[in-house]
Amino acid sequence: MDKADCPSQNKTKDFSTLRNRKICASKAQQSSFSLLSKHKNVQPAEMSKDGTQLPSPPGHEPRNKTLLILVVVLSFSTRFYKLAEPPHVCWDETHFGKMGSYYINRTFFFDVHPPLGKMLIGFAGFMAGYDGTFPFIKPGDKYEEHNYLGMRGFCAALGSCLPIFAYLIVMELSQAQSAALITASLLIFDTGCITISQYILLDPILMFFIMAAVLSMIKFNQQKYRPFTAPWWMWLVLCGANLSGAVGVKFVGLFIIVLVGLNTISDLWVLLGDLNLSLVDVLKHFLARVAGLILLPLFLYVTIFAVHFVVLNKSGPGDGFFSSAFQSRLIGNNLHNVSMPESESRTPVLVRHGDIIRLEHKETTRNLHAHRQEAPLTKKHFQVTGYGINGSGDSNDLWRVEVCGGQRGDLVKVLRSKVRFLHKATGCVLYSSGKTLPKWGWEQVEVTCSPYLKESPSSQWNIEDHFHPELPNISLSVLKPNFLEILLESHIVMIKGNSGLKPKDNEMNSKPWHWPINYQGLRFSGVNETEYRVYLLGNPVVWWINLASLGLYVIMVAVASIAIKRGLPLNQSRLEHSRLLKRAGGLLLLGWLLHYLPFYAMGRVLYYHHYFPAMLFNSMLTGVTLDILLKSSDLLLHSVYSDRLKVGGWLLLQLSILYSFYLFHPLSYGMMGPLAHEPGSAMAGLKWMDSWDF
Amino acid sequence: MFLDCGGKPECLEKKPTHVRGEHANSTHNRSQPGSEPGEPLPEMLQLPLVVTVQVDLVLVLISSLAFLTRLSCLSYPNAVVFDEVYYGQFVSLYMKRIFFIDDSGPPLGHIILALGAYLGGFDGNFVWNRIGAEYPMGMNVWSLRLLPALCGALCVPLGYLLALELKFSHVSALGAAVLLLLENSLIVQSRFLLLESVLIFFVLLALLSYLRFQNSTSSSWSRYGWLLLCGVSCAAAVGVKYMGLVSYLLLLGVASVDTWNVIGDRAASHLSVCVQCFCRFMCLLVVPALLYIFWFYIHLSVLNHSGPHDQLMSSAFQASLKGGLSRITKGQPLEVAFGSQVTLRSSASHPVPCWLHSHKANYPVRYENGRGSSHQQQVTCYPFKDVNNWWIIKDPNRQDLVVDTPPKPVHHGDVIQLVHGMTSRFLNSHDVAAPMSPHAQEVSGYIDFNVSMPAQNLWRVDITNREAKSEVWKTIVSDVRLVHVNTSAVLKLSGVSLPEWGFRQLEVVAEKAFKVHSSSLGWTVEEHRYGTSQEQKDREVELHSPTHIDVDRKISFWAKFVELQWKMLTLKQEESEHKYSSSPVEWITMKTNIAYWLHTSTNAQIHLIGNLVSWGVAHLSMLAYQLLAVIYLLRRRRGFKDISDGAWEQFVRLGCVCVGSWLVNFVPFLLMEKTIFLYHYLPALCYLHLLTPTLLEHVHTHLLSSPTHRRLLHVCVIGVLLYVFLCFWTFCPLTYGTPELSASQLQRLKWRDSWDILYRRQ
Repeated sequence: MDKADCPSQNKTKDFSTLRNRKICASKAQQSSFSLLSKHKNVQPAEMSKDGTQLPSPPGHEPRNKTLLILVVVLSFSTRFYKLAEPPHVCWDETHFGKMGSYYINRTFFFDVHPPLGKMLIGFAGFMAGYDGTFPFIKPGDKYEEHNYLGMRGFCAALGSCLPIFAYLIVMELSQAQSAALITASLLIFDTGCITISQYILLDPILMFFIMAAVLSMIKFNQQKYRPFTAPWWMWLVLCGANLSGAVGVKFVGLFIIVLVGLNTISDLWVLLGDLNLSLVDVLKHFLARVAGLILLPLFLYVTIFAVHFVVLNKSGPGDGFFSSAFQSRLIGNNLHNVSMPESESRTPVLVRHGDIIRLEHKETTRNLHAHRQEAPLTKKHFQVTGYGINGSGDSNDLWRVEVCGGQRGDLVKVLRSKVRFLHKATGCVLYSSGKTLPKWGWEQVEVTCSPYLKESPSSQWNIEDHFHPELPNISLSVLKPNFLEILLESHIVMIKGNSGLKPKDNEMNSKPWHWPINYQGLRFSGVNETEYRVYLLGNPVVWWINLASLGLYVIMVAVASIAIKRGLPLNQSRLEHSRLLKRAGGLLLLGWLLHYLPFYAMGRVLYYHHYFPAMLFNSMLTGVTLDILLKSSDLLLHSVYSDRLKVGGWLLLQLSILYSFYLFHPLSYGMMGPLAHEPGSAMAGLKWMDSWDF
Repeated sequence: MFLDCGGKPECLEKKPTHVRGEHANSTHNRSQPGSEPGEPLPEMLQLPLVVTVQVDLVLVLISSLAFLTRLSCLSYPNAVVFDEVYYGQFVSLYMKRIFFIDDSGPPLGHIILALGAYLGGFDGNFVWNRIGAEYPMGMNVWSLRLLPALCGALCVPLGYLLALELKFSHVSALGAAVLLLLENSLIVQSRFLLLESVLIFFVLLALLSYLRFQNSTSSSWSRYGWLLLCGVSCAAAVGVKYMGLVSYLLLLGVASVDTWNVIGDRAASHLSVCVQCFCRFMCLLVVPALLYIFWFYIHLSVLNHSGPHDQLMSSAFQASLKGGLSRITKGQPLEVAFGSQVTLRSSASHPVPCWLHSHKANYPVRYENGRGSSHQQQVTCYPFKDVNNWWIIKDPNRQDLVVDTPPKPVHHGDVIQLVHGMTSRFLNSHDVAAPMSPHAQEVSGYIDFNVSMPAQNLWRVDITNREAKSEVWKTIVSDVRLVHVNTSAVLKLSGVSLPEWGFRQLEVVAEKAFKVHSSSLGWTVEEHRYGTSQEQKDREVELHSPTHIDVDRKISFWAKFVELQWKMLTLKQEESEHKYSSSPVEWITMKTNIAYWLHTSTNAQIHLIGNLVSWGVAHLSMLAYQLLAVIYLLRRRRGFKDISDGAWEQFVRLGCVCVGSWLVNFVPFLLMEKTIFLYHYLPALCYLHLLTPTLLEHVHTHLLSSPTHRRLLHVCVIGVLLYVFLCFWTFCPLTYGTPELSASQLQRLKWRDSWDILYRRQ
């Protein structure tokens, strides 16, 4: 292409001009790059193989900053519009707002997610002048004079970054502004993305870190011909930091770690195959990535927890989830700074491993008893009851104490020994089945006697409170766990809590297959006609375009791959497109799969909003796919018409997204008055699926 | 040599069975071809009629040893061994053609076991209630166990052939076969009425036939016979156990890579590539899918009598079985009309299938937790047939409870009232919290206490599975929602049991905020007749009398298949622990064994214990393969080619087949929450036994260059083989259950502390 073909900087939004200029730019890069590559001793052959992955050093490509600014402005204005409404607690704000308050009040609590998200919410609230006094009891509570805008604003600001990041990612991957703009408008005008960004929730924070990690990973990939330079290090470190941020907000962040990990492995594989690099160089690359993507995130992640435990030092609602030793470090807990009897002195007879004992319930004076009757819930275990009274009883009241990992004669120690109780008559072991008894048992957890003697945590007990007049007390401060123990324990508790979130009977339970088809949303606020209603539901036009492009993508890749494999004659731009589809599209598809498929294997209760990270990847894929589809229209038509079709199709796409946003915007920005099935409603005629309830 | 017979009857041609046999023995049988008067082919006339037979004696020897080890003394012990107690009951049901659901796997496995029983003349009259129960004298135990044992025996030659198809030598193939032959756990698992050996057989057969197809270079159509066989055995493997699916998927993966290479063959024309792809698609996807459905077709056409699991199925399904519900529903009027007497069955089958019910007892004025109720008559869901399950459909605009002539059918969208047959109360709902689910409305039989609580007893009929706009409500077929007209709440089975005052029956509520698709909202009319009695007294008599009988109602096979498959996949059995269950990680070291059988009076016993030596060697070779693969990969990437491309290809294929199969057959168990046993590991183990000798051959040919090293390897291999045989021999008493061992001998066999070997107190 001649220099004359390349138009000068042109501010009009003429589609075809944009495209031309882009080709010029990449051409210019290529030449400037071959210079650079000689300098760096990179094989030119390797270069041309990577046509689409050409690096874009800042300044070399005259990017249209106006468009970026437009995206930023639109993104922030859609997210901040009507941010203060409704002025009451919406949906999960009741959890995360409350937990933000806990940080401000420094009371200890328990949550199934790692602490970073709530810490940031608390911090944002604190900076905006919220004092942590609002109780966040249930959705619908009025905020009154409490300052909640700081927390909402923080989440909305992070949520506003998502379309911008998506725009930049697609821009980097495909080098086409038309593709990036499709993605940006899909996300800017998606009612679901707007709604989920406007409230005090973990999702905008999580998605911010996910997208930032992807962006820095791709920026880092672009730097691959200039390894170990400052920007190379910067993107590496940023990527690592964002990874720890993502996993520090929710464990779902692990999926993005897998994505980055796979990308890094393939990256290293390419480096290993580059015979111009010495093994020492490859090792350097490897170690740099270990440091930036494993050690640094690990360090940051542990730091987050350290901060968490330092800040939350007062006893609170979360104590009961943790072990006795753990509780002893919380101010205000009844195990804090107390002492208990324990001694080596011989005066009273101490209980040892192997001793036969009888356990008497202090209040009712009945003995702990087991017999060969099936337990109420776990039919294969024996029933455990209270039997006898005031010291009377029978042989079924006898239990043998065993210290786990101990030998005959070992002392049973308060808190520190894990103890098993073996029933003498039947040989079974006292067991907590973890199942909740019905109403008659006050929904307490069932205790059984298990005939299966395998050691498991369910059959281990420890002695928490202990009083004895003749034994001298020892201080529990010796039991204080160190930081690593606390970290480990809190993770075990979190993972258990997560898998314990089983669907309840009368709760909406959403299935993963519902999500891509936008089958059912979530009520954020309000139910009936008089209330202010906000309904989390993706813009159906956007979501269905996304779904269709997934299928389209698979077909296009299949056609392109078969055509190349069969050796059909293809021109340069066609080859370029198929390479872009496979590389960029493949990465985004992988991201979508990684953020979607694992939910099918999860046993815990699932919600619609779990799909949003996957939806971001899907939108980016849509941008890339549809752009290439439009650009391939000259396969069918003469070039004059195909150019028109390209522009027309692109405009039609944008207009339909805009119009659908106009139709569905009340879902995000709130609506009052009659429900959708009545004529006077704001959403009249828009209830396209019976399953949407607005 | 290959001879085109052209369909002549006297031309007997037999393809050489094994061309590569080292110890091949060939016999030549010559005779003159018969002359064909009309055939002008002089060459044909000159050719002699030839039968060339090549017999691989090693294969014959190995096979006969396999048959010997698997088939000898099959009918000992003459008692129920371990899971025979589980599979046996289904065999019995098969013999009696009684319908059942088994969620553990598709029906082909049961069909095969039942076939063996059928051939042996088993009549199904045996109560499979406990392990160790003696079989009666006349029962042909041998035939019951024959088919699994045959499959188990055939696995050994299959392993031999598979190693050959992986392009390894006969010595390796022999090694693989010997390891499979001397694996005690495989022997035990093959010799009883169990399905693992059948699964392993089909999976190995599928792999072998695929490799045969892929390796045969001729472009003749006969190679597609192998592909077809592969498809068939895949369908059979999946049909025996769901676990066969992972092997099938792996095979599809390998096949798609090969297909991709076919597409890349630029020398071939587009048309021929299309045809090849189409053939693979048909044989590997369409044929297995069709066959899989065919297994269900056999299953459903054989089992056509009602039985113990009827209640789990829909009314329409039950009505298609002989006996049971169809006896009741035959001859019922199809269209529900105003005045019809009906029983309404909830479409949800959990916690139990039940019918809408009411009885002369009211809700307590106050519940235990202090909430109040309407104190009207209870409406519940009752899991047993009862006269109180009858309801009468009434037109709100008319008084009488009889059906007009001609009957006026109820359509979708009609408003009705439901009158309880025995107590004449109207089905009612109102803004009072339900007893157990306070978020929903209470449903009651209306009693007017004069407390300004008006009757709200109008219900709209909403047929959810309608095809036309205004469809008629049909017995059994229609799935109906009853929408409360005043509050638009929907009648729902909440699934919670009521306390003592409600006789522990299930709670029925009217749900306002409901999920869109939930079977607990649906109700079907099961028993139905047109009411004729005007007076309550006559009506009660009428309700007590059985419904009349005439016509048969059918549902399509397709609907039955979908329902059965869905029920099998979603049926939740209570998670159960088992004394001999184990975790997958323990399998690798064989930490647990399973006691299969213990003689009623002596110490003779059978255990599932593998050959500890070959077990250990197998896992070592798996590790070695992975290590070697990583080293090769890294070094090749840096440009060092340690082995030739051909050898590398062979090495990769070996890994795909053996290590890949091991992974897919092992890893899923790590994620499963079911109760699993050591025998689940046997399919994965078979591949490791294939891997061990082939990997050794690879090391021998490509890595060991000096003759001393090679000789050392030979010695090691012979030593290990001897040791494997010794181990096999030592554990034979526990494998075959005979001879009986003394307590001290048993004690000596307890090689691992965690094993559970039984001693009888003398």
